[in-house]
Amino acid sequence: MADSTASVLRHVLDNGLTVLLKEARTAPVISWWVLYRVGSRNEPVGKTGISHWVEHMLFKGTERFPAGTLDKRIGREGGVWNAQTSFDYTAYFETMPAHRIDLALAIEADRMTNALFDPHEVERERTVIISEREGSENSPTFWLHEATRAAAFRVHPYHHQVIGAMDDLRSMTRDDLYQHYRTYYNPNNAIAVAVGDFDAGHMLERIEAYFGGIPRGPEPPPVLRREPPQRRERAVRVEREGNAAYVYAGYRVPAATAPDWFRLALVDSILAGASAPGGGGIGNRTSRLFRALVETELATGVGGGLYPSVDPYLFNVLATVRDGRTPEEVQAALDEEIERLAAGDVSQQELDKARKQAKALFAYGTERVTGQAFWLAFAENFSDHTWYEHYLDHLAAVTLEDVREVAARYLRRSQRTVGWFIPVRDTAHEGGPA
Amino acid sequence: MMTLPGPHDIVRHVLPNGLVILVRENPDVASVVVQGMLDTGSLNDGAGQEGLASFTATMLLRGTTTRDFQTIHELLEGSGASLGFGAGLHHTGFSGRSLAEDLPLLVELLADALRRPSFPDEQIERLRGQFVTALKIHEQDTRYVAGRMFRELVYGDAHPYHRPPDGTLESVSGITRDHLVGFHQQCFGPRGMIVVVVGAVSAEAVCRLVEQHFGDWANPAQRLPQGLPLVPPLGGIVRREAALPGKSQADIVLGASGPSRFAEDWQAANMANHILGVFGMYGRIGAHVREKLGLAYYSFSRLDGGWGPGPWRVAAGVNPTNVEEAVQSIVAELRRITQEVVAEDELADSKANFIGRLPLQLESSEGVAGSILSMELYGLGLDYLQRYAPEIEAITADQVREAARRYLDPAAFALAIAGPDRSAAQ
Repeated sequence: MADSTASVLRHVLDNGLTVLLKEARTAPVISWWVLYRVGSRNEPVGKTGISHWVEHMLFKGTERFPAGTLDKRIGREGGVWNAQTSFDYTAYFETMPAHRIDLALAIEADRMTNALFDPHEVERERTVIISEREGSENSPTFWLHEATRAAAFRVHPYHHQVIGAMDDLRSMTRDDLYQHYRTYYNPNNAIAVAVGDFDAGHMLERIEAYFGGIPRGPEPPPVLRREPPQRRERAVRVEREGNAAYVYAGYRVPAATAPDWFRLALVDSILAGASAPGGGGIGNRTSRLFRALVETELATGVGGGLYPSVDPYLFNVLATVRDGRTPEEVQAALDEEIERLAAGDVSQQELDKARKQAKALFAYGTERVTGQAFWLAFAENFSDHTWYEHYLDHLAAVTLEDVREVAARYLRRSQRTVGWFIPVRDTAHEGGPA
Repeated sequence: MMTLPGPHDIVRHVLPNGLVILVRENPDVASVVVQGMLDTGSLNDGAGQEGLASFTATMLLRGTTTRDFQTIHELLEGSGASLGFGAGLHHTGFSGRSLAEDLPLLVELLADALRRPSFPDEQIERLRGQFVTALKIHEQDTRYVAGRMFRELVYGDAHPYHRPPDGTLESVSGITRDHLVGFHQQCFGPRGMIVVVVGAVSAEAVCRLVEQHFGDWANPAQRLPQGLPLVPPLGGIVRREAALPGKSQADIVLGASGPSRFAEDWQAANMANHILGVFGMYGRIGAHVREKLGLAYYSFSRLDGGWGPGPWRVAAGVNPTNVEEAVQSIVAELRRITQEVVAEDELADSKANFIGRLPLQLESSEGVAGSILSMELYGLGLDYLQRYAPEIEAITADQVREAARRYLDPAAFALAIAGPDRSAAQ
């Protein structure tokens, strides 16, 4: 298990690029990530969805690697590549057989500054992205999440979805996209991570060779809009066609760097089921909310999540109302269960179980290079890489009193947004989807 | 370079009752993965009892003669382990994972679930409510509805592949405890069962453990697999469309029945599919429908293979006004792949991918276990990965075209569309 305990080498190039390297020599593969500190958090009204669209345009070619050629290059080498845009970041990765990794370094160095944003490609991608949004719109929970986020965040840009508003997708121009790219895609606004079968010293030399010549850019503008304190519960009700109701609750919680975050991670485990970086899911059938909602036949499923974020975000819970039951019944049972925990009813045994689960999930997560490299880059963005490496130590430091204290402080009705999805028959006469 | 799993490091052990154990040790990880199959699936659902195999599989972890639901899951979740069952058409699969030290617990629960399920009445009703809610949600899910209509069009009433594996509202409502107990008695047994274990464990200890829990399992009543009727020819283009209120996008599924994994031309067909709708960004279909026309966020092709003639289909999600253009583009690509030989460089690209992707596929214990399970299930031999590269290299462009032509016909296919009401939109 040398791979999961190997230390991370952190080095900042002269141009400001942060590099994290971790050797994992158990399989002949390497995962290579470049993460930019830009996401929907950095988008003004009128340009929502621009970070995600820029991400798509980075697959549309440079002078050196024209559109369509790289899919084939990566495929021929037996690798995979993709990208993702979230609130706080946009990240690109290639996972390759170890002896083919130079191609990945070359691609990311090239498209950090040389993406073309060809106007014809921009227009074709506009309809692809609109199609992506329309596909999401086919799902009832998309509408519920869009509405509850907008209610939970009035001022902070976590207000809007990563995909963006339909009218912004229709109105943004090639120049808007290119300007966004040039503002945020600089070595000093990026984190590069490699995990896998390599020698760290040699890998750093190659990264220096590919990226060292890219000039530092101006520092991107900071995000200044903070969400004001919330004084009372907010509630939204989404009525659309569907066959099932959903009940959502989102409680305001601090950013991932706050010590309270790890305490809340254990609250999340106890309430909604185990989670840990990169581990994927195990069942949540022994969690409190499953017992209170599903075992009582009020809901058919329930899940929760605490998402590590740069700015304060939400602890989310979503339940699917069982056919024949009502959102009122599910909401009442949910409230009772959450308020029981907030009142201090929690045992050392539950806390120990949550920690053992996290230990197992964390171990699973270190068995693949792609997940490890992602978490190092992701954690470096919202905190630093040791947040991930010492995750279990952070959990070990939490006491039962800490759990009681954060449950009482954060799981309050005045600090939450609740949302109900109410299925209705055909509302076409009220105007179609956005 | 990596060492491919093969006869030198996969231990295969057959119990007298027919159960096959396969183990590959991996000392570099902290965990262990268990995957396997039993010789029964939704093809054994009786008429009017669609969903029975799936219902039975999901009930296995909801109570046994020695443990109730919460005890089972407290044992699993309390140690960070997972175990699950699911019914396919021909087989019922299981997969689990735990820290290596908890493998004895995982195998014990696996045996308890498979051999001693108690089907408590209360859990049956609880699960039924979950199935009913899920089926109602599916009724409003454009991809699900398009997929179901496609299956009905391709296989017709006489072929069991047309039946919904999850059942219908009516069939799921009618399933009783007697049906579940009867299905378990008649269909579950060690004959044809495969258990694959990969992880930080010793092969010898795993074989002993599995033998300890399954060695005395016998079921003389275990039903033999049934043969399949031929899939009726489509004869032309058959099309069905469903309008779902409140939707933004139309989901399209287009195709026919394809080869089984046993077919001689399986790899050639698999290669044709890869060129058609997988390689790079969804192959030729993606290049045409997404990249060139900008019509869809997703558009790809998929060949199921498997035990019988599973579907070979193209799927795409498009704006309702673009449905006909997308269908025409897809049909044009079917015409090309069935009528013209693929270019040498295109074939070389896909071959390089088939061979070059092995290190990534086999990085994780799950990947290795899945690969070993396929070797056993389809009789590929434990040296399959050693023979793999030459087998792929030998495929010719003519074989690719012939395989595509045998299963795909640009003038005879099934087309299912589910999305907004297009008569109103136009």
